[in-house]
Amino acid sequence: MSEDDDRSPPSDSVTTTDSCFSKTQTCTSGSTSGSGPSSVPEFQAPYPDQVLENVLENVLCFLTSRRDRNAASLVCRSWYRVEALTRSELFIGNCYALSPRRATSRFTRIRSVTLKGKPRFADFNLMPPTWGAYFAPWVSAMAKAYPWLEKLHLKRMTVTDDDLALLAESFSGFKELVLVCCDGFGTSGLAYVASKCRQLRVLDLIESEVSDDEVDWISCFPESEMCLESLIFDCVDCPINFDALERLVARSPSLRKLRLNRSVSIGQLHRLMVRAPQLTHLGTGSFRPSEDVAHGEQEPDYVSAFAACESLVCLSGFREIVPDYLPAIYPVCANLTSLNLSYANITAEQLRPIIRNCHKLQILWVLDSICDEGLQAVAATCKELHELRVFPIDACEDSEGPVSEVGLQAISEGCRKLQSILYFCQRMTNAAVIAMSKNCPDLVVFRLCIMGRHRPDHVTGEPMDEGFGAIVMNCKNLTRLAVSGLLTDRAFSYIGRYGKTVRTLSVAFAGDSDMGLNYVLEGCPRLQKLEIRDSPFGDAALLSGLHHYYNMRFLWMSSCKLTSGGCQQIARALPRLVVEVINDEADEDMGNFVDKLYMYRSLEGPRDDAPKVVSIL
Amino acid sequence: MACVLGGADGDLNYEETELCLGLPGGGKSEVETTTPKAPGKRGFAETVDLKLNLQGKDAVMDLNDNIKNASKDKNHLPAATVKDPAKPPAKAQVVGWPPVRCYRKNIMAQKNTSEVGEKASGNSAAFVKVCMDGAPYLRKVDLKMYKSYQELSDALAKMFSSFTMGNYGAQGMIDFMNGSKLMDLLNSSEYVPTYEDKDGDWMLVGDVPWEMFVESCKRLRIMKGSEAIGLAPRAMEKCKSRT
Repeated sequence: MSEDDDRSPPSDSVTTTDSCFSKTQTCTSGSTSGSGPSSVPEFQAPYPDQVLENVLENVLCFLTSRRDRNAASLVCRSWYRVEALTRSELFIGNCYALSPRRATSRFTRIRSVTLKGKPRFADFNLMPPTWGAYFAPWVSAMAKAYPWLEKLHLKRMTVTDDDLALLAESFSGFKELVLVCCDGFGTSGLAYVASKCRQLRVLDLIESEVSDDEVDWISCFPESEMCLESLIFDCVDCPINFDALERLVARSPSLRKLRLNRSVSIGQLHRLMVRAPQLTHLGTGSFRPSEDVAHGEQEPDYVSAFAACESLVCLSGFREIVPDYLPAIYPVCANLTSLNLSYANITAEQLRPIIRNCHKLQILWVLDSICDEGLQAVAATCKELHELRVFPIDACEDSEGPVSEVGLQAISEGCRKLQSILYFCQRMTNAAVIAMSKNCPDLVVFRLCIMGRHRPDHVTGEPMDEGFGAIVMNCKNLTRLAVSGLLTDRAFSYIGRYGKTVRTLSVAFAGDSDMGLNYVLEGCPRLQKLEIRDSPFGDAALLSGLHHYYNMRFLWMSSCKLTSGGCQQIARALPRLVVEVINDEADEDMGNFVDKLYMYRSLEGPRDDAPKVVSIL
Repeated sequence: MACVLGGADGDLNYEETELCLGLPGGGKSEVETTTPKAPGKRGFAETVDLKLNLQGKDAVMDLNDNIKNASKDKNHLPAATVKDPAKPPAKAQVVGWPPVRCYRKNIMAQKNTSEVGEKASGNSAAFVKVCMDGAPYLRKVDLKMYKSYQELSDALAKMFSSFTMGNYGAQGMIDFMNGSKLMDLLNSSEYVPTYEDKDGDWMLVGDVPWEMFVESCKRLRIMKGSEAIGLAPRAMEKCKSRT
């Protein structure tokens, strides 16, 4: 999964373009000395402005980067208009930053939309379930405005079956649906998409909650040959019609990515692999035999099946693994660039023979069941590793913690090209974090979660300030940081002083006083997304960021020391900011403090679909 | 009260996670100390008050009893599971911490129970069909995934988000103590959840303790309050029997 790209939403340029108008001479008057890139000098075309715009159009359609397009749209009115006409991919980082109507009236030729809704902390039960981020108004608006829509990528949105039905009805050329961390729909909705979207190439459901409506959606795909390239449904937690799936795979010669859910047994996996040796990405399902396989019964040759998949580069699944079967994947290890074992409870001994062959591995997700020894084995072989995630098998504060600073140190020494790390542990030392900051200077994402709250360096007893300080100091490309453990304001002063490129910061149970937040808000000019929980930052700290909030996508603060008075002040000072306060009713002993604050810039003002628990100031 | 779970934690402020026997929510002062302590809903910590007692099995018995009693009250039990009885009793868990996605936590919890071979109270899942009057689809929910009526109510609200649900109290339970409030609800056009129990009777959701409900519920139906009025006599009876 890719990191969030923290570009400002296209709507930003709307506010600033207005001021642009008065400054620049109008480029539509046909003057060839204008700011356009055209080189049509003396020649008096019948409609010079038309020529200019045509040239612009032809040039601007090569611009793909959002940032470049946003910049281009600010040049002058003509460029603004042409850019809007030629933009085909729309990225909206916060669905409440602007309304569907505003988006569809500015951009009229969109083929692909990316839409993000709830903030990340919603994943951890910190938001009321009815908070919002409904896809419905967007799909209605797009159904009318973009009937040629091909791609939709949604993250943390609430999507209903009705929305999916409308999608399937409205977009005849629809090709790609990607739903990440979404909820609100079930297999009924999938059935609509499968049956009506005849040009479908990609149906990716990633970490979404899909309810079981007892609908056989797999059978809803058309019987003719399909152009399906990617089918990812490992998060759909209900049984599927396997025979229908096998037939689907058989009639999808372009299929490259297939990620099965845990209802698929290893025997069934074998049948699919035999039909689709051209796969590049495979999610293996349960990776265990089904219950009705008798012992001693002839088992299929799994090793050959894997050996036949010569193009396989990305392997995941192993949802209910029986480790005895793991050696079946040996034939593909040497080619693997991505391996996700984060649902496989395996030991270092079981990992070692596998990882020893994975020389090309770039992305590895594992459970901490592999212990520090397992991480040492990874460090010994995976020299190309650039992303590592170590998840806890037991996500509690007081669990044993099989990985520690030893594993982190080993990784830092063996995997010098590391760019992104997410590491859950129970104990850590500053020394190991400092070592990583020096050994892995290319780090872009550093997320360390010491699961025990306020836990210091377990060797020295010191706070973890120096470790995180070293990270921001030495890793010049760092854009995303998550801190944990015992941290004083000093840690934040380091972040403010050195974290000049940080865009996303996550803070929990850290800091001593308002100064901590102050350092960050004043020191980090690139900060876009800030999420804080259970830290002693109050109104004064919040107010110190007034100069910056319009540059941010959002700020989240929960269980801090904010009062509603302080939040009111922000709301009054910054009219284009939507300030949402969520106070859970059941909690009367909160006193004056605001339970949750979520604020974000928006062109629309307060939304009208907020539930009762949310008050918008 | 020293609660030592793991190493050199001298600086840790245990007050917020201190476990003691007593009524939920009582006895904690909000005096701010110098160590970082945020006033915040502690969720589980306030719900489950246990004496942290590392004497092994005896404490475990208290743990199980208290969980049963506490779950009827406040209801912010996170997805993280109650610990295996063979291990020492757990520190109280905070909502949303560690930041592991509910989805992943649930998967690992399910895996753990199936791998160890223990199945909590007989069945590993309790799937029931949920239908809502006026909605074209039915859903299935696993009642074992929830620990309280509030959690179930939240989940239903998400599933049927295009419909509005009636406000049936902060706890998600119909207030059976208040006869007139009950009648108001049943006379309104708000939606109320009802369920069919083992005997085939349709009842209003919320009249029995949660665990009993999970055991006896066979299917759920969400209907308009005015239609559920036929269930009212039984509900009113229960009301009377409690006053």
